[in-house]
Amino acid sequence: MITAVRKPMEEIIACVSPYDRILLVGCNECVSVCSAGGRKEVALLSSALQMHFLKQGKTIEIREMTLERQCDPEYVEELVNYMDGADAVLSMACGCGVQTIAARFREKPVFPAVNTTFMGASERQGVWSERCQGCGDCVLGITGGICPIARCSKRLLNGPCGGSTKGKCEIDANVDCAWQLIWDRLKALGLEKRIEDVIEAKDWRTSRDGGPRKIVREDLAS
Amino acid sequence: MTDIFEPEIVAFCCHYCAYTAADMAGSKRISYPPNVKIIRVPCTGKVDAIHIMKALEKGADGVYVAGCLEGDCHFKTGNLRAAQRVRRVKALLEEIGFDSRRVEMILMSAGMGERFAQTAREFTEKIRELGPNPIRSAIQEQARRAAG
Ligand code: SF4
Ligand code: SF4
Repeated sequence: MITAVRKPMEEIIACVSPYDRILLVGCNECVSVCSAGGRKEVALLSSALQMHFLKQGKTIEIREMTLERQCDPEYVEELVNYMDGADAVLSMACGCGVQTIAARFREKPVFPAVNTTFMGASERQGVWSERCQGCGDCVLGITGGICPIARCSKRLLNGPCGGSTKGKCEIDANVDCAWQLIWDRLKALGLEKRIEDVIEAKDWRTSRDGGPRKIVREDLAS
Repeated sequence: MTDIFEPEIVAFCCHYCAYTAADMAGSKRISYPPNVKIIRVPCTGKVDAIHIMKALEKGADGVYVAGCLEGDCHFKTGNLRAAQRVRRVKALLEEIGFDSRRVEMILMSAGMGERFAQTAREFTEKIRELGPNPIRSAIQEQARRAAG
């Protein structure tokens, strides 16, 4: 999922202060699962903003909406009837959601209420870790199902480096060394020999080096 | 005429401990301030951050969540989760410059009628010292202005 964390209240307040009527929009997908921008977080943020402004003697109108998927124009269209009644939009979705709203409602200021952080997986209740950087040419098949791009601090394709100590990465003793994990997993699979195969330099054009990316499915595209 | 400030306090009380303790206080005729309005919940783990926030937003001067002693939760860890949520709400309140001492988590067992009453008294006194919820004052001020 795409993970996010709420921005500091001070920053959010500064964004919405000039406006009287705010449309606060959450998203039911990734940001709900990582408890950053779903219905519950929308309600909490709305309440905190109301309290802040009431304390200042100002009343603002906040309409709360949580869309099924904010990165999908089909669902963003549901906001159309509420836009006239809003001076600005505050979005709790990831950056993709914020931009979908901005593209559809060009005349309305849109502010992000969360910092979109990474593509990750849930380790346990309340803990999410980065797992993929969308490099566009997945190597998990040869690295024992552990991503060296997202999880090795140096993105080494042929690790480990000399900094790997007792299974931990040299950047921080709390961070697992991805290449230790890869080694352990290859061993468990009986594929130790594979660690000696040199993984060739990656073609980063499939990643961000090739500029903004796009997927066009001719069979689906309208 | 000076208005005497009588705090309004919302207490989310777990059915298995604090609520029973309140009952116990009643049957033992131990008095506690009527300022405390009890909301019975099946477990403090059921109390969400938004419930606490809404109580304050609507003007409650203080809110406390009263759950079982550590290790005694009927649902194992509901009280610990509630304590974490209370901490989160306090942090959010601090972020908007709202005195987080208006929100507390309190632990007790069902047999602690005296502790229930004492907690109610102490919390009421603390809130009395903090004064009215600034939001309640703002709401009243607005209503006054609206009435002309
Ligand atoms: S190799 Fe690339 S696509 Fe595969 S998990 Fe890592 S970053 Fe993601
Ligand atoms: S210690 Fe391991 S994870 Fe850290 S940079 Fe070196 S190989 Fe990568």
